[in-house]
Amino acid sequence: MYYIEMHGHMVSRTTDDYREMAMAGCVAVSEPAFWAGWDRQSADSFDDYFRQLTDFEPKRASQFFIRHVSWLCLNPKEGEDRRLTAEVLKRIPKFLDRPNVVGIGEIGMNRVTRNEVDTFIDHIRLALDYNQMILIHTPHLEDKYKGTRVTIDNLVKFQNLDPNRVLIDHAEEHTVGMILEHGFYTGLTLYPNTKVSLARAVDMIEKYGPDRITISSACDWGPSVPTAVPQLMLEMRRRGHSEELIRKLVFENPLKFLMQSGKFELPRLDIHATVSHTAP
Amino acid sequence: MNKQGRCPLTTSQIIDEYFIENRTRILDVAAYLDRLLRSANSQPAGEDFRMQAFEQALHILSSTEPNKVDHIQLVFSDPTTELKAHLDTKSASGAWNPVPEVR
Ligand SMILES: [Zn+2]
Repeated sequence: MYYIEMHGHMVSRTTDDYREMAMAGCVAVSEPAFWAGWDRQSADSFDDYFRQLTDFEPKRASQFFIRHVSWLCLNPKEGEDRRLTAEVLKRIPKFLDRPNVVGIGEIGMNRVTRNEVDTFIDHIRLALDYNQMILIHTPHLEDKYKGTRVTIDNLVKFQNLDPNRVLIDHAEEHTVGMILEHGFYTGLTLYPNTKVSLARAVDMIEKYGPDRITISSACDWGPSVPTAVPQLMLEMRRRGHSEELIRKLVFENPLKFLMQSGKFELPRLDIHATVSHTAP
Repeated sequence: MNKQGRCPLTTSQIIDEYFIENRTRILDVAAYLDRLLRSANSQPAGEDFRMQAFEQALHILSSTEPNKVDHIQLVFSDPTTELKAHLDTKSASGAWNPVPEVR
């Protein structure tokens, strides 16, 4: 079955990972801008990172017939630095018309500080000014519930924001309901040890239904599994779920979401035929 | 929001599929608690805010109420909405500390 990886930090992964993903059915990867694991020292460093996301990575992915799209921002882990934020935000617009850029992300909070919220709001304004879609990170562990609430409280203040063009990611049992209730897309990110397991992701799908839910591995430089989405497909089969339901979650939902960018297309003709049936 | 969606498997099918892996998880939790009692300095683990939340989670686990996972998630969560004045640490610790240390 074809699938779309909605959240993969491929700059941290090897070319072999792309090949494994392609062999498991991956036809597209959406890569949000993220923290490098250490703080970047200047806005120039972001320039180079954005070039990597919009030039080098799409080429690397295309060797395996994977379409690569990216999201640009200054990530939540560095959002406390307001001076750096201002510098980086000035540099983002010149990358927005690159062919693989689908929006602003992954923005949001880390420890839910005043500065992080201000940085988040600056990014929302930038996205609205340039008619970009938005991908939002929610904090992990004890900060997730608070961070998701503060995120939604701030988003609803923007009356011209279409919730259908916003994906609030890393949802868990205590946050998925509030995200969907407000009309946003959401993402369940599968981590091997510390966050959502395969079984719990399927439980949430069973409880809330498949609409506006996407699945991803959120693979990055930390412990993560680039083929976690096909693992979820197996878990759903283990529960007796239909192929139709699985396909909706791993292919049609992310496709429908990404198609709204006006820039998303799939790399092979036979898949293209599928797109015309499922596109909104 | 419908939260009552059912698992397609019957009770005995769920047990057949998931019992052994969850049995292992319970043993891991038990071994973790035993390990704390065997710690090098014998300091009571209950003094740590993370283990206080863990204790509450164990109570919910052994109850018969539904939506245990939602309730346990909230036990570990910061229930406030007040924004922090400054970044205290880059990474979360897994449980909310009602009395944060001064750094
Ligand atoms: Zn990420």
